[in-house]
Amino acid sequence: MSFLQHDVPISWYLLLSAILFSLGVVGFLIKRNLITVFMSIELMLNAVNLSFVAFAYQWHEVRGQIFVFFVMMVAAAEAAVGLAIIIAVFRARSTLAVDRIDLMKL
Amino acid sequence: MNESAHLWLIPLFPFLGFLLNGILGSRLPRRLVSAIGVLAPLVSLVVVLGDFGATVISAASSCPTCGQVTALALPASESLSYPWLAIGALHVDFTFVLDQLSAVMLLVVTGVGFLIHVYSVGYMKDEPGYARYFSFLNLFLFFMSVLVLAGNFLLMFVGWEGVGLASYLLIGFYFSRTSAADAGKKAFIVNRIGDFGFLIGIFLVLTTFSTLSFSKIAALLAVSPDWHGPVLTVICLCLLVGAAGKSAQLPLYVWLPDAMEGPTPVSALIHAATMVTAGVYMIARTHLLFDRSPVALWTVAIVGAATALFAATIGLVQNDIKRVLAYSTISQLGYMFMACGVAAYSAAIFHLVMHAFFKALLFLAAGSVIHAMGGEQDLRRMGGLRTKMPVTFWTMTAAVVAIAGFPPFAGFFSKDPILYAAFLQGTGGKLLWLVGLITALLTSFYMFRLWYLAFFGEPRSEVKHHHSTQLSMLVPLVILGILSVCGGWIGIERFSAYLAPVAAAHRPLPTGNPFLEAILSIVAVLVALEGWLIADKYYRRKPERPAAIAAALPTGYKVLLNKYYVDEIYGALIVKPLLAFSKFGLGGVDILLAGVAWLFAGIASITGMILQRWQSGNLRSYAAWLAAGAAAVLIFVLLSNGWLHLGFAVGWKGWPLR
Repeated sequence: MSFLQHDVPISWYLLLSAILFSLGVVGFLIKRNLITVFMSIELMLNAVNLSFVAFAYQWHEVRGQIFVFFVMMVAAAEAAVGLAIIIAVFRARSTLAVDRIDLMKL
Repeated sequence: MNESAHLWLIPLFPFLGFLLNGILGSRLPRRLVSAIGVLAPLVSLVVVLGDFGATVISAASSCPTCGQVTALALPASESLSYPWLAIGALHVDFTFVLDQLSAVMLLVVTGVGFLIHVYSVGYMKDEPGYARYFSFLNLFLFFMSVLVLAGNFLLMFVGWEGVGLASYLLIGFYFSRTSAADAGKKAFIVNRIGDFGFLIGIFLVLTTFSTLSFSKIAALLAVSPDWHGPVLTVICLCLLVGAAGKSAQLPLYVWLPDAMEGPTPVSALIHAATMVTAGVYMIARTHLLFDRSPVALWTVAIVGAATALFAATIGLVQNDIKRVLAYSTISQLGYMFMACGVAAYSAAIFHLVMHAFFKALLFLAAGSVIHAMGGEQDLRRMGGLRTKMPVTFWTMTAAVVAIAGFPPFAGFFSKDPILYAAFLQGTGGKLLWLVGLITALLTSFYMFRLWYLAFFGEPRSEVKHHHSTQLSMLVPLVILGILSVCGGWIGIERFSAYLAPVAAAHRPLPTGNPFLEAILSIVAVLVALEGWLIADKYYRRKPERPAAIAAALPTGYKVLLNKYYVDEIYGALIVKPLLAFSKFGLGGVDILLAGVAWLFAGIASITGMILQRWQSGNLRSYAAWLAAGAAAVLIFVLLSNGWLHLGFAVGWKGWPLR
């Protein structure tokens, strides 16, 4: 395990995290399907998780890892609620195109 | 806390009555409402009677010789106090004090109050708002007992304002009548002017003595017996303004005649027997301050004497039975102020008590008359009621004779000491005495005028309800009648000896001799007799004469009938300019302010209309703005701090913290 500790610098993890995050942002911005947008959000969350873990490892700080657990837990709850909302929206509108879901009322 | 902890019971029961009748009264049967309303003052009265007995005993044991009380003797008082306000250096306790003065006053308030409650049961029987009436009446008793029991200025002010509120509510009891609603407002507003003076006085007391407690002020004054600050005079004059407002003295008396719009028992309780005497009580309570300021005392005396004479002259020609009594009340209050002004506080309180008896009786009897006449209040349409309402007639007679000052009725015993005390005060005092004597003549005349007009001669209109005078109305009349006859037999000497620990003046008083006093008494009685004879001549033997005199002196008669046009003068001098100023405010300032407000509102709504387009509801546009914002922040950070930060973030320059 020692090669991991020394041979992969933290900047690589951060770079990967940044790439994943940017992919999430771009997906969020350009995709029209609500489910894809939703997945992009998850991607961003996990990109952040990655940098959390990397920093936690770097600083020997367990709080970063606990944070990740929290994020994952909240993301799971959010996914459940979000998917339920998406289903409800689809039943009401018969569409998931974000451009056409622009009113709060049905 | 101590044996005096039961003091809070005195205001508590009327307050409970107020709550019960006020909240539930409209859903309760009338019998229950009357029971609650009458029981509340009765319980308080019982508590007060117990305490009163205690103070009599303690007074007797503390001064067996009676009258030999030194200036520093502590009053035999009970008190009950809890911390109330503690703001910085200001500490005010919630203090109830029961001493001889407040015991006497409470006895009047709850005793006469109870009788008037009983009377009201019959009087208000067919009125709508029965429960409301009793709840307000109980509220009044609550605040009045707080006022009387208060051991400091602030608590007294609470009661002071409270009775003003109750008075306002009860004057405007028939609020659907414009005149009643207006009269209520007038009473409240005029009282506010007086309260303003009172408040200033309280503030000055606070800055001068750093306390508001009566007993602490007394202690401070006792420490420096020779101190006479000019601020003391200012304080006393401010307090006098407050007292003049509440007790309807010149120039703030104008609300009291109008207050007769309220139901008659209310006039009897609030506007004759108790509330309007609060000013006299306040001066007696704070007499330690007044004692040290001859200027303030003279002002009190002059205001009192002027009011007594002024109101009596108006009373001569009024035709409304209640208004005659109202002006008579003002005039009698003037007597009490005069007594305070010559430092005869015991005499003032004695007259207050006797006046409470006979004036309450006069009002209640007048109420019976009005009731029987079906609401008619004009004396010119009454007459011949002597045989139709014998009980009312005889009790009214007792009250009329009492107020006119014939021995052995109550008014004689209380009015004479005042005139005597005034007479002893040098040349100015002789003048006061003369004014008091003329007032006594006028009082006797207009009271007998009322008596003759209402009860003698031919009936000038139909009596509506022959059977209307019920037991609940008659019993209070009879009790008050007995008190009006016998009340004065206590005698001023015994009364002032009892009050001496609290109300004895702390200044040298001139001494007289019994011979002089007897002569003055005889003069006063003769004068009262003269007033009766004049009234008898003009209103019984030659009833056509008054009209002839009025025709012969049209100007004088009109001036008196229109009450010296004081209301009109106040209207022109104060109300009209204020109204004009308010209208200017409405027309000029208000529109200006409204314009500015509209301008800002317009800017806000136009901005809103523009920015509203931003809120498209489109998820991707929001996201784009978010991303653009994040990018902008990032760029800003990079440009302002160089690439260094980013370098730290990704570890380009190593780990400076390690």
